[in-house]
Amino acid sequence: MSILVLLEPRGELTSSCLSTVAAAGRLARDTGVELHAVWPSPGIRAQLGRLAGLGIQTVHTVREDVLPPFSHEAWIPFLADLTRSLGARLVVAPASALGKAWSAALAARLDAELAQDCLGLEAAEGGVPTVRKPLYAGKIVATLRLTGAPALATLRAGAAQVVRAGEQTPEIAWHVVPPPELRSVVRELVQNAGGAIELGEARVVVAGGRGLGGPDNWPVLRELCATLGAALGASRAAVDAGWIQHAHQVGQTGRVVSPDLYIACGISGSIQHLAGMRGAKTVVAINKDPAAEIFQHCDYGLVGDLLQIVPALTAAVKQRQRRVA
Amino acid sequence: MKIAVLVKSVPDTAGTPEIGPDGRSVVTEHLETVLNPYDEIAVEEAVRMKEALGAEVVAVGLGDEAARKALRTAFAMGADAAVLARRPEEEPLTGKGAALCLAPVLRELRPDLILAGKQAVDDDGAQVAERVAEMLGYLHASAVTRLAKDGAQLVVDREIEGGALSMEFPLPAVLTVEKGLNTPRYPTLPQILKAKRREIREVAVDGEGVRPGWRVDVLSLPDTQRRRQIFQGTVTEQVDNLLREARPLGGLS
Repeated sequence: MSILVLLEPRGELTSSCLSTVAAAGRLARDTGVELHAVWPSPGIRAQLGRLAGLGIQTVHTVREDVLPPFSHEAWIPFLADLTRSLGARLVVAPASALGKAWSAALAARLDAELAQDCLGLEAAEGGVPTVRKPLYAGKIVATLRLTGAPALATLRAGAAQVVRAGEQTPEIAWHVVPPPELRSVVRELVQNAGGAIELGEARVVVAGGRGLGGPDNWPVLRELCATLGAALGASRAAVDAGWIQHAHQVGQTGRVVSPDLYIACGISGSIQHLAGMRGAKTVVAINKDPAAEIFQHCDYGLVGDLLQIVPALTAAVKQRQRRVA
Repeated sequence: MKIAVLVKSVPDTAGTPEIGPDGRSVVTEHLETVLNPYDEIAVEEAVRMKEALGAEVVAVGLGDEAARKALRTAFAMGADAAVLARRPEEEPLTGKGAALCLAPVLRELRPDLILAGKQAVDDDGAQVAERVAEMLGYLHASAVTRLAKDGAQLVVDREIEGGALSMEFPLPAVLTVEKGLNTPRYPTLPQILKAKRREIREVAVDGEGVRPGWRVDVLSLPDTQRRRQIFQGTVTEQVDNLLREARPLGGLS
């Protein structure tokens, strides 16, 4: 018996991918089963150092000229065969766009249940894997005992702390598979503007809403983002008004984030938005309306015009950073 | 071309579902139901393809009364036909169960293209459409934000973290759609009234093999205790107070 981690299909070990490995590793240790991983991308050798000390026994992969990267059509049949041949009790993947889509396809091939976007993974009595799965964008959390085997789960960033024990790197297992006949072609991967920090990976998120007044005022928030190393988020109101692309939306029909610090600027605090920021460790709200709902859901609130407060905050943080330096 | 759109009713996202007295079921009777916001985008895209290229749009729902409501909304938005895979709604389905119920209905419909929302915002399952694709042997792509048809080929952009992934493949295919693909229309009152009179074809699904592969141990509310410390005073005073009080904030120091 074993647990198999499907590593991020984007070919990079994101922090949410590493926390997925950590959560799976803890479960494998607690239940006394082997931990395997599969790297569905080129360049496994370059990743071995970052996979060291995490308890992975073997990392499985296939040459990229046989199974092209980003192509679930190419990889899913191999992943299904691998899961079966390892007798994996559980397959876990990071809850990224590709991690979730690939897991859904793999679950169908294995005729197995899949719990998406889980917050935690533990063992119930008898070693049965148990996940904490958000429903209604996290307004309710279900504790699900994955009784069927195999089962699949995708895990959000922060599902477990990454703790390394030693320097042991996993063994690489190169699998030989016949080149598949593919009907789909991956044309290109378009990266967003350079330097932008990804919402799901960011430790700090600065988000703007209707209180921003218009799309011309994003530079005020971007300056704070640059100062704090933060990702830029937005409320649905700002996205629906056409002020910024949907990729920035935090909330029930956008991204669900769990940074250490979330700074909500000019966001009233609709229940849909709160659902997206609930996982933040600390929330700072800036709003000119003292009765705004967001103040009921923040740790620290600043009342006033964000176009004055945010630049003042940016300047104060910069001054502090200079002092520390 | 025949386009099937998978639709589902969900509780209005502005409401808060409650946990039932048994601690394992969700109570939503006090909430309005609406067409799942992502499914709205899927219906819109199907109707736009029909308007531009000519197609038959068939809305497909699973369940009973709530599913009928979703199908009526699809009619009002411009669907040509509706099929209800009928089963009692009291027994909640997992993603695997829902796909097992829908796959035979879709196999019989033989659509060229199946569209669905990237997830339903009730159980946030995010898997039924991909499962159906695998079961029918259709190609599939999730979270599509741009869609173009080039002869028999589809060209799609998918939203992924930090960018977009562009793929190309032939029909038949299944696509799940992400916000940003289009802005769904609001049906007019006459369209809504007319939709009430449209015929919904029913197919009974036996639900064999849909036993859930998990057990709900307990449902809980998220723990979101906040300090709610609101500062007073001038901008400078408030900012100074924040930086002093919020010292543990990793990002601010």
